[in-house]
Amino acid sequence: MNLTIFSGPPSSGKTSVILKAIASFQQRNIAVGVVKFDCLYTDDDALYEKAGVPVKKGLSGALCPDHFFASNIEDVVRWGKEKNLDLLITESAGLCNRCSPYIADIKGVCVIDNLSGINTPKKIGPMLKAADLVVITKGDIVSQAEREVFASRVGSVNPKANILHVNGLTGQGAFELSTLIYDEKEDISSVQGMKLRFPMPAAMCSYCLGETRIGESYQLGNVKKIELGEEK
Amino acid sequence: MKNLTLSQLLIKYPFITDYFEQNNLEIAGYENGTFEEYLRHFTREQIEDKALDIERLSSDLWIFIEQMESFLGIEKENEVRSLTILPGKDKYGNPEQFEKLTILPSQIISIVGPTGSGKSRLLADIEWTANADTPTGRSILINDQEPDRKWRYSSNNKLVAQLSQNMNFVMDLSVKEFIEMHAQSRMISNPEEVANKIIEAANKLAGENFTIDTPITSLSGGQSRALMIADTAILSTSPIVLIDEIENAGIDRQKALELLVSEEKIVLMATHDPLLALIADKRIVIKNGGIHAVLETSQEEKNLLNDFDKIDSVMRNARQKLRAGEILKKDELF
Ligand SMILES: Nc1nc2c(ncn2[C@@H]2O[C@H](COP(=O)(O)OP(=O)(O)OP(=O)(O)O)[C@@H](O)[C@H]2O)c(=O)[nH]1
Ligand SMILES: [Mg+2]
Ligand SMILES: [Zn+2]
Repeated sequence: MNLTIFSGPPSSGKTSVILKAIASFQQRNIAVGVVKFDCLYTDDDALYEKAGVPVKKGLSGALCPDHFFASNIEDVVRWGKEKNLDLLITESAGLCNRCSPYIADIKGVCVIDNLSGINTPKKIGPMLKAADLVVITKGDIVSQAEREVFASRVGSVNPKANILHVNGLTGQGAFELSTLIYDEKEDISSVQGMKLRFPMPAAMCSYCLGETRIGESYQLGNVKKIELGEEK
Repeated sequence: MKNLTLSQLLIKYPFITDYFEQNNLEIAGYENGTFEEYLRHFTREQIEDKALDIERLSSDLWIFIEQMESFLGIEKENEVRSLTILPGKDKYGNPEQFEKLTILPSQIISIVGPTGSGKSRLLADIEWTANADTPTGRSILINDQEPDRKWRYSSNNKLVAQLSQNMNFVMDLSVKEFIEMHAQSRMISNPEEVANKIIEAANKLAGENFTIDTPITSLSGGQSRALMIADTAILSTSPIVLIDEIENAGIDRQKALELLVSEEKIVLMATHDPLLALIADKRIVIKNGGIHAVLETSQEEKNLLNDFDKIDSVMRNARQKLRAGEILKKDELF
């Protein structure tokens, strides 16, 4: 089985792009399944179901979705094996720009869209910088100049990545994407013992543990203070 | 290279400021040391706080330099002197009905066929420089040869630029800032000159003039279209331009095509408008996902173009008069 991890900011076009790629896998009789990780709510599972692929969803609720991902990916891979998938895709909503779900030696794809503004590549962090492949969507609605500037900025923060333009509506570029996220010769049976590409923050403060009261005396552990500067 | 100090690097490769800026690396004060030394100054806490991947940042800089060098240096080598499409199959497996189609810079080819017939697939095949490895089985040659794979993935070398109906400017900048930003991403040394050239060209295409200080979001539909076309013609790196219909409002389409052609672009144009389709020397007819025919524009069709042109100018004239609040009179229009 192949495993490919998709991540990207909310509404960047992850599901649209994955669905278009799935359509092209289905024509080649490659069995795909998807697991969607999100925080509070997602409808994506219904979309994948409609496309006729096995799907599961996991809602992280009170946890950072990427932390939740890391603690569940092993089970998810086992599920994919049980379903006899050729390709297991995970889609995570990149809600926390600080964390990223990529695992070393497992293909990691970041989906970002042209509409998000040209300063986005600068803001995203490991989710973009550590991806093997960056898919840029929504090129159909911005000018050519903006597309070029956006792509060049992506290239500055992640020069190693392959950059692919995919249109999530027409599917232009999705076949090409499908050839990059599935490799017949590759086979993983487990992700046990594999490593995250980038450590998640060691955030553990009193609020992580359920504290609700505001005030210095309630703050324990990893506490960071905003710099407001001195009034002169 | 790795032993150079940051200030030496900056002199040799001025474009690396972009790398530092996009990666939020503040190098001020560290110019006299190497990049490695700069990276080593971060404390563990800073590394975690800023989500820095030191190893990756360090290796990425050299890759970035390599890429930019090749991007700047081999623009000549990137020159596309011809684009050739070799036939594959339509969606029923029937071989496509042409032998080999070679398109040269400054040529215009129109693409016709019902929506969903396979126009995006054709375009994707070109963009991906297909090598009998896409669903159509088509192959693309550049300069009569199997193309370099860099066309597939790189952020700076894209084979195809696209101009379509739905495109809008989403940034909040003046025309000048906008063009300069585009020029900067291409490492152009004379952005102001280029900006002036683009605006001049755009104003020749658009009905009403705009200035360098106009915010791009307040341009009219025709003006935006004109600016997009002029910018793509003059500043885009892509040798092939795909146009997905240009509406016939507020812009001189004939001049727009002339501009693209004068900049040595290969122009592919998906359109059902006879006025545009017949300007092309050839047209590709798409049916059932395949190229059904490649037709030369006949002399009769070229002559028809004149008649269509007259009809079109009557319409334009009428539109203008309407806009100016006049009353339309048949004998004044025809
Ligand atoms: N114009 C245009 N719209 C697109 C494109 N790709 C996706 N969209 C639209 O963008 C919206 C969000 O797309 P999704 O695929 O749901 O995005 P997502 O990243 O999966 O979103 P979440 O999973 O909710 O984070 C939808 O309305 C899509 O139709 C594209 O290339 N062009
Ligand atoms: Mg989604
Ligand atoms: Zn997080």
